[in-house]
Amino acid sequence: MTDTTGTTTATATATTQASALRHGTLGTNAARPDGVPKVQGRFAFSNDLWAENMLWGATLRSPHPYARIKSIDVTGAWKIAGVEAILTAEDVPGQPNYGLIRQDQHVFATSYVRYRGEPVAAVAADHPETCRRALAAIVVDYEVLEPLTDPEVAIAGTREPIHPDGNIIRHQRILCGDPDATGPIVVEGDYEMGMQDQAFLGPEAALAVPDDDGGGLELYIATQWLHEDRKQVAECLGLPEERVRLVLGGVGGAFGAREDISLQVHCSLLALRTGRPIKMQYGREESFYGHVHRHPAKIWMRHHATADGVIIKIEARMVFDGGAYASTSPAVLINGVTHAQGPYRCPNAVVDGWATRTNNPPCGAMRGFGVVQACFAHEGQMDKLAAAAGLSPVEVRLRNAMRTGDPLITGQPVDSVAPVERCIRETDALPMPPDLPSDADVLSLPGGTGRTADRGHVVRGVGYGVAIKNLMYSEGFDDYSTARCQLNDGIVTLKFATSEVGQGFVMLAQQIARTILGVDEVMLDTIDTQIGSSGSTSASRQTWMSGGAVDAACRKVRELLFESVAAKHGLPALQLAIDGTDVVDTIGSLRIPVADASAGLRLDETVEYRHRVTEDLDENGQGNCHVAFAFVAHRAVVDVDPELGLVKVVQVATAQDIGRALNPLSVAGQIEGGIAQGLGLAVMEEIIVTDGMVRNASFTDYLLPTTLDAPTVVFSLIEEPDPQAPLGAKGVGEPPCISVTPAIAAAIRDATGRDIRRVPVRPQDICLS
Amino acid sequence: MTSTPLGSPEIYRLTVNGESHDVQDAWLGESLLYVLRERLGLPGSKGACEQGECGSCTVLLDGAAVCACLVMAASATDADIVTVEGLPTSEAAPLTDVQAAFLDEGAVQCGFCTPGLIVAVHHLLDHNPRPTALETREALSGNICRCTGYGRIFAAVDAVVASRAEQSAP
Repeated sequence: MTDTTGTTTATATATTQASALRHGTLGTNAARPDGVPKVQGRFAFSNDLWAENMLWGATLRSPHPYARIKSIDVTGAWKIAGVEAILTAEDVPGQPNYGLIRQDQHVFATSYVRYRGEPVAAVAADHPETCRRALAAIVVDYEVLEPLTDPEVAIAGTREPIHPDGNIIRHQRILCGDPDATGPIVVEGDYEMGMQDQAFLGPEAALAVPDDDGGGLELYIATQWLHEDRKQVAECLGLPEERVRLVLGGVGGAFGAREDISLQVHCSLLALRTGRPIKMQYGREESFYGHVHRHPAKIWMRHHATADGVIIKIEARMVFDGGAYASTSPAVLINGVTHAQGPYRCPNAVVDGWATRTNNPPCGAMRGFGVVQACFAHEGQMDKLAAAAGLSPVEVRLRNAMRTGDPLITGQPVDSVAPVERCIRETDALPMPPDLPSDADVLSLPGGTGRTADRGHVVRGVGYGVAIKNLMYSEGFDDYSTARCQLNDGIVTLKFATSEVGQGFVMLAQQIARTILGVDEVMLDTIDTQIGSSGSTSASRQTWMSGGAVDAACRKVRELLFESVAAKHGLPALQLAIDGTDVVDTIGSLRIPVADASAGLRLDETVEYRHRVTEDLDENGQGNCHVAFAFVAHRAVVDVDPELGLVKVVQVATAQDIGRALNPLSVAGQIEGGIAQGLGLAVMEEIIVTDGMVRNASFTDYLLPTTLDAPTVVFSLIEEPDPQAPLGAKGVGEPPCISVTPAIAAAIRDATGRDIRRVPVRPQDICLS
Repeated sequence: MTSTPLGSPEIYRLTVNGESHDVQDAWLGESLLYVLRERLGLPGSKGACEQGECGSCTVLLDGAAVCACLVMAASATDADIVTVEGLPTSEAAPLTDVQAAFLDEGAVQCGFCTPGLIVAVHHLLDHNPRPTALETREALSGNICRCTGYGRIFAAVDAVVASRAEQSAP
C-alpha cells in the first residue's frame, strides 16, 4: 500500500549526476572504508578493545546534586578480592581540575559535589561486577545542601555562589541599531526547551595501556577531539604531552557529547597506578551522568514589524541553564544570542542572554549548539508575525529572508552564499504526503498500537521552520586542521587526527585524494596524536576544515609530482593536469598513469589549514565573530489526536543549502538523521530533572525515535558552491536538526489551534493548554 | 575479611554459530552479551542500553530474535545461538545480501546499531520475505539507530526484498 510512513527521497538527480564521475571521487557515493567491518561486526569500537592482563575501571558518583564531602572511607572496598586500585581527589598528580573553556571541574570532587553524578572516586578490579561491589563499599559522608536549580535565581544573584567562579557562567548583550524602534505590529512570546540528550548508541569507553617505565601511556578513546583530550589528560596526570599518546577507538556516535572529558583521566590514572591496562566503559545510565547535554532554555522574544510584516526590531531575553560546570556554555550562549534574528533581515535589536550555573546536570555541546534553542523561539515568532500581518507562514518568511551580504545583529555581514529564499521556495514545492486513509492501519495513527487514537479524531497540521547556522568555531579561536599526504608508486597514504564519529570523513578523505591525485588506492593511517591537531569533529566543520587540509596536502603533493614529470619530460609543470588516473599535458600529447609517474618517488607533504580569523564580540555584542553560515528550511506535516495529545509526524520536507554534494548518499544520511533527532526534541526526548535529580536515565524512560516514529523525508539539495569553502561544500551535519523542531511545533499548533510554547510537546500541552 | 572471588566452579557449554564453547570460572550472573563479547571473542553484538530497549545486541536464540543483554548466559546452554559473526557468508561471498545492501544504500554511519540491525533484518526477511513498509517498521522498531533516521535502512531492506524477489522469480 502507499501509506503515510513510506520513505521516499529525492536523491535520484544527484545520484544520476554522480554516475558520470570516476568511481570513488568527489561527488560520487564512494564506499566507506570502515563499512565492511561495521556490517560484519568486526569494527573495533572503543568498548570492544581488550588487552592482556587488563583490569576494569569504574567510577563512584555523587548521589546528591549539592553536598559537602565530609569524609571518604575506602577501607571496605579494599577488602573485596580482586580490587587493585582505589583513587580519590588526593591521588591526582597533576592539575586537579579540567574543562574545555574554563578549568572549573575537578577530576574527582574535593570538598563539594555540585551535580548528581559528579565523579568522587574510581576503582580498578578484575571484573565489572567486582568494580560494582567495590563502589558500593566506599562510604562517603555527605552534608547534603539545598541545591540551586532555578536559573532565574542564579541570575538574580540572591543565592550565594555554588562555585568559586559564581553562578553566572556568561552574560552577553547585543545592541544593534535603534533600541527604541517599533512598528505597527508587535508580537511577543515565551518559549521553552527541555534538556535533550545526545544518546549516541556507543556508550563512553576507553582502554588505557601504561608504558613499561610507568612514565606515560597510550589511551584508546572514543572522542571528538584527540588533541584537546590529550592536553587536558596530560595536565591532570602531570605528564608532558608527548608521554600521553591518544589513539581513536571506534566511535559509536557523538553529536557533541564527546567533546568534554568523561572517563579519559580516570582511566589513565588507574592504568598508571596499577601498571596494567585498564578498560572503562559506561553503561547507559552512567552515560546520562557522564556527559553534558543540550541546554534547557527559556526565551522571551518580541518582534516589531511594519504592517506588511517586515521586521523592524527584535528583542529577546535568553536563559540557557549550563548546570554545574561551564563546559562549552560560554560558546553555546554566544551562538544563541547571535542567531536570535534567524535567517531574516533585522536592522535593530536588543538581546540579552545568560548562561547560568546551577546544580542541574552540566550542559554543553549538542548538534545545533545554541542555535536550536534560538530557532525554536524565532520561528514561533515568525508564525505570530504572519498571523498579525495576515500573511501565510511561507510569505512572511520570504518577505524577510536574508540575502548574501545582509548584516547580522552583530554587525557581521553574511558573506557566505545565503540562498534562504530558495530554501523556503524549494521546501514548499516538495510534494505533500497523501491524506490519512479512512481505514489507516493503527500503526500509522498517532500513538500507534497500544494507544487509543481514533481515526475519526485525528486532525492534520502543517508547519514551517527556517534556520541559519554558523559553521566552525567562533570568537577568535585558532581552529586549524592538519593533514599529511604521501604518494608512492601510485598509492596515497593520508594521515590526520580527525575523529571519525560516523559522519564519514574517512570516506571523504579518500574521495579528495582520488580526485586531486588521480589514484584509486588511498590508505588511511591510524587516527591518533602522532600528527598535529585536526580540531574537533563539531560545528559542522570537518568537511570544510579537515577536508580543506587533506585537499591542500594532496595539492602540494600533486605539485611535486608535476614538477617531477615536468623535469623528466622537459615541460613546464604548469601545463600538466590530472585526467582520470593519468598525468596529462594539457597542450601536448603526453599521458602517463599516475602510478608510473610516481614510481620510485616519495612525495610527502603536511599542511595546516586555517579558516579566516574571527573576532570577539564587544560589550554590545558587535563583531565578526563567526566564520561562515549555512541555511535550511523544513516543512512538517503532523497528525494529531487533540483529545489524547498524541502526535504522529507524517512527513518532513526540507531544502538545505549544502554548497556542493561531495557524497550525495552521505548527505541524505545526515539530513534524515538530523531530522529524526529534531523530531525527538519536538515530541519525545527530554531528560526529566526535578530538584537536580535526573529521573529517566535509561532508554526505557528517555524516549528515542524508533522506526515507527520516523517520518517520510523528502528533500532538495541546494548546491551553490561557497567560494570560501575549500571544496565548495558547507558542513551538512547540524542544519538538518535545527528548524525541523519548530516546524513540527508549528504543525501541531496548526492542527490543534493550541498555543504550543515548549518542546518537547507533551500530551498535556495539547489537550490541556 | 576478604570476600570470595566471583568465578563459579561450574562449567557450562554454549553453542554459538555452530561451535561449542565451554565457559568456566565465570560469574553466573553474566549476561549472554557479556559472555559473547568478553569470554568467547565475539564482540560483534553491541551493548548500548542493558535493558532490551535498543536492539544493538540482537542475536538469534533457537531462531528467535532476542536481546542478548536480557538473557543469562548460563540459561542459554541448550540453545542454538547465532550472532552477526555467524551469518551465512563464505570466502567468496564475505557479505550477506543484507550486509551488502546496508553498504550500498548508505545505511551505515557510526555502525554501532548495525550488527543488531543486520541480524534483525535477516530475521524479518526469513519470516516475511515481502513485508509492507509498516511491517518492516514494526519488525525493526526494537532496534534504535541514532545516526541515520532510518531512511537508508528502509532503503536497504527494500533493496534486499527486491533482489530476493528477482532471484526467486521463475
